[in-house]
Amino acid sequence: MAAQATSAAAPETDAAGLGKARATAFVTPALLLVGAFLVFPALWTLYLGITDYRLTGIAAADPQIVGLQNYTDALTDPQFRNALALTLLFVLGSAIVGQTVLGFSIAWSMRAVPKTVKTVVESLVLLAWILPSSIVAFLWIAYLNRDNGTLNSVLGTSGFDWLLGHPMLSIIVFNTWRGTAFSMLLFSAALNAVPPSQLETARLAGADTFAQFRDVVFPHIRGHVLTNTLLISLWTFNDFSPYLLTAGGPNHASETLPVYIYNSALYSGELGYGSAISLIMLLINLLIAVFYLRLLKDRRS
Amino acid sequence: MSAPTAASTRGGDGAVVGVVVRRVLFYAAISLVMAFFALPLLWLVFAPFDRTPSLTVRLPDFTLDNFRLLQDNPYALTSLRNSIFIAGTTMVLVVVFAALAAYALSRVHIPGRDGLLYALLLLSSIVTGTAAMVPIFLLMFQLNLIDSRTGVSLVLAGGLLPAAIFILKDFMDATPRSYEESARVFGASPLQVLRHVVLPIARPGLATIAVWALVNAWGDFLIAFILLRDPEKSPAGVVMYTFYTEGGQANLPLISAFSLLYAIPVVAMYLFVNKRYGFRFHGGIKS
Amino acid sequence: MRLARGITAVAAITALALASACGSSSSGAGDANRNEDAKSVNLTIATNAIAGGKNDQEAAWINDYVIPGFVKQMKAKGITATVKFQPSGVDDEKYKAKQSLDLKTRSGADIMSLDGIWVGEFAQAGYILPLDKVVGAAADGWDGWAQIADSVKANTTFEDKLYGIPAGTDGRVLFYNKKLFQKAGLPADWQPTSWAEILDAGRALKKLPGVAPLQIDAGTAMGEATTMQGTLPLLVGTGAEIFQDGKWQGASQPVRDVLEFYKAIYGGGLGDKSYQQGAKGRDESFAGFAKGKVGVLLESDYFWRSVVNPDNGVAPMASRDADVGYALLPAKAPGSGVGGQDFVSMSGGAGYFLNPNTKYPQQAWELMTFMNSPEAIKAAIADQARITARDDVNKQVLGGDPMLSLISEKVLPITKFRPGLAVYPQVSVALQQATADIVSGKSVDEAAATYQKAVEKAVGGAGNVSSGS
Repeated sequence: MAAQATSAAAPETDAAGLGKARATAFVTPALLLVGAFLVFPALWTLYLGITDYRLTGIAAADPQIVGLQNYTDALTDPQFRNALALTLLFVLGSAIVGQTVLGFSIAWSMRAVPKTVKTVVESLVLLAWILPSSIVAFLWIAYLNRDNGTLNSVLGTSGFDWLLGHPMLSIIVFNTWRGTAFSMLLFSAALNAVPPSQLETARLAGADTFAQFRDVVFPHIRGHVLTNTLLISLWTFNDFSPYLLTAGGPNHASETLPVYIYNSALYSGELGYGSAISLIMLLINLLIAVFYLRLLKDRRS
Repeated sequence: MSAPTAASTRGGDGAVVGVVVRRVLFYAAISLVMAFFALPLLWLVFAPFDRTPSLTVRLPDFTLDNFRLLQDNPYALTSLRNSIFIAGTTMVLVVVFAALAAYALSRVHIPGRDGLLYALLLLSSIVTGTAAMVPIFLLMFQLNLIDSRTGVSLVLAGGLLPAAIFILKDFMDATPRSYEESARVFGASPLQVLRHVVLPIARPGLATIAVWALVNAWGDFLIAFILLRDPEKSPAGVVMYTFYTEGGQANLPLISAFSLLYAIPVVAMYLFVNKRYGFRFHGGIKS
Repeated sequence: MRLARGITAVAAITALALASACGSSSSGAGDANRNEDAKSVNLTIATNAIAGGKNDQEAAWINDYVIPGFVKQMKAKGITATVKFQPSGVDDEKYKAKQSLDLKTRSGADIMSLDGIWVGEFAQAGYILPLDKVVGAAADGWDGWAQIADSVKANTTFEDKLYGIPAGTDGRVLFYNKKLFQKAGLPADWQPTSWAEILDAGRALKKLPGVAPLQIDAGTAMGEATTMQGTLPLLVGTGAEIFQDGKWQGASQPVRDVLEFYKAIYGGGLGDKSYQQGAKGRDESFAGFAKGKVGVLLESDYFWRSVVNPDNGVAPMASRDADVGYALLPAKAPGSGVGGQDFVSMSGGAGYFLNPNTKYPQQAWELMTFMNSPEAIKAAIADQARITARDDVNKQVLGGDPMLSLISEKVLPITKFRPGLAVYPQVSVALQQATADIVSGKSVDEAAATYQKAVEKAVGGAGNVSSGS
């Protein structure tokens, strides 16, 4: 446990003797690239959020500053509130419950199975993660197909249309399938750092699985749980791929915020409005991040 | 799902039966997980070889015609080369820049560091969305980077870097400083320490970020679509969206066959990285 | 510290760029005769077509016919022309976004194909200009204008000015399955004269097991298909247009009539709701029709040419010519259609437009007229029957296809086009939403109230909406 001990004692030891000048030189390339190709267009997008800018029409030639109009429009639009609620459900269901729990469970169980089983399971989970979403969309539409879909054949529910009958459940399960790999990888690495001797001691003391997890494992992986939850929540919040399965339907029943933005920015051409919602999304993401940090703060103290 | 921890501390036949039952349940659960992840993939195995591929899964009426159709397509194969170039460049930019920045941020105290990282992470979600389309295009136009594959890589790398730095910094924070300190004691220069001590330890983490960046760039559609003009430069993610009819119906013979070809390189690159470096976060650290 | 300074610098640069780069697209075409004597000319054509993908026949035509033909024509005059094709082949919305971005930065292709519905918003944004502004007197001198009907020219016209050359159009009719009609005891040569007769046929077809009697596109998942194959053709059947006398249709009586018709279908079990709700519902409804599971379907001639076409359709029907019937879409009641018509239709179609910033306006115009010569259009449609913008070509190519002849002769004279204004897509979405509400079981009153609100919001207040009957 040298790692944990050292990092806890001196989290910012310049062990390699890098020095401030070299450290700055190391950070600069990333910062320049991010500044030019991320910060700059992002701030510009935020600026568009206070205008009535459009892709075409009069407002494209001569956009007007409309102040907070876009924000009040969004907050009073039931369609927006619907999208926000669905997005939170989507994040809770697929990122926090789905990916984190399944990812951890797989990482935990894979420590005690033969290597072949482990390789097969991990490869399948990873395959779901690395395939491009345009392919994955076709896979799932075929999988959930009403008449001859694989799922209906397996469950004996032929004729049931999952994407219409249970649109949110479908995209939550879909996203769990799609993203579990990240949590699995992160947790299996984290679990490597849990000293087996401590687990053994707990077991001999008669602790059940849950107690072992709570008292021995969790304190060691707290930081990874934070990183993992933070990142996958952010990614899931901004994930556009449900659009490829349900297009937000039926009748907005699976229209998450990125889909809502896509419809207003690209289909209706309301870029000012879409930009404003981007900022609202950013603020909600910030709230979520702060919430996680509070919840799991111990580690960085 | 609970792990099959070693035999129960209670003795007796009941315990043995209990252990057997638990193992059976455990493997049943593992099989369920495998089925959950494997079943949706079946379409990709069957449809490309079906004479009339549809949006259902069935044993194919075997043919290679779909691939022949694809061979006649002027952009399909070049697009895979373009994807390799764009995703490869993005990957190198992300890994190199993120590694340098993450290491420096982990080891040297810079005020406002954490706040900055979180801010960048949040901003990255804006740029990957549809609303940023116009600012990105106008920026690239001013920089004379329209119709440039490198330009696409730069924008993609900019969007991926914050998360990459975030993950890698977390990783660097957890690696022991003791090796670096010992190396210093033996008179190695800071750059030698980086090269011979830090890099080997960090390699599995870097490999993970590499594949992550590659996968993200590989699947991109929107950025490449708005920034590129010459079809000879289009990556596979864009070309895949052209296999539709005038009324918007999917051309499944082309799409199914192309899906398979589009999937193979990224899977191959994953297998390569996995074999070479071990695809693991923090994998180098054993206590 | 340095980081903080870096951020300040980035912020400062951003502010500068924001000030300069937003809203800088003024419309100023230069001299229409610039570079008219150039000995060497570079031109680019952009259309939403790509070899081996979407509209690949069009892409092949440009590569194999237009480019070599035009280069040869110019060579005869001693001019070296280099013509490039910039293909796309994606969703219309994405293609539109790409062309908008190019035009906004005053770059892009010299000739581009745009959907007629975008003309107004592109013109208002200053992206395109009337033809006579771009090329001067030459625009009127083209002999092809005489061959293009006024109703078709409307598709590339905005505020009485012609912006481009129409490149073909379509028309909407009711397609029906004659086999199902026979089983249901309906006539093989069906021609309803009112909405009530359509519903009567639907009720007769309902007795057949597993058959969705009527397919009138509804809901948001189908997007513009719901508007073009549903609400708008029905609306003109009530005598109203969506944008009339400078105002948009609110929850007026005509809109309510349309919603009542939807209610009769989807509330009366005369349609399959799942087709209207799924992300691939329209494809499924086509496949359903081809399999004999849909009785009547309102579509454009695209359905005949590219969906149930036994040779290359996406849902081919080997017995199309024998089994698929077609009838004009009746107005709500005889004479109640727009302009007192008995039958109605809506049309769309693309056109070719000149980039106002082209370096070679005269030569680009010459290329554009070359692309719209009778010979070129015949080459474009190859040996298929297809409705073109030119009467002379239509007379020659449609003879063999009674369906398309019907569209050309009976439908095009009575058809209407959508208003090409920037807010139209939002009004269209509001219409789709209203039909989605009906399908999901809401009452006409509820759907109409939501629609009224959405339209007011989209078009900038109740002052721009007409809500009376």
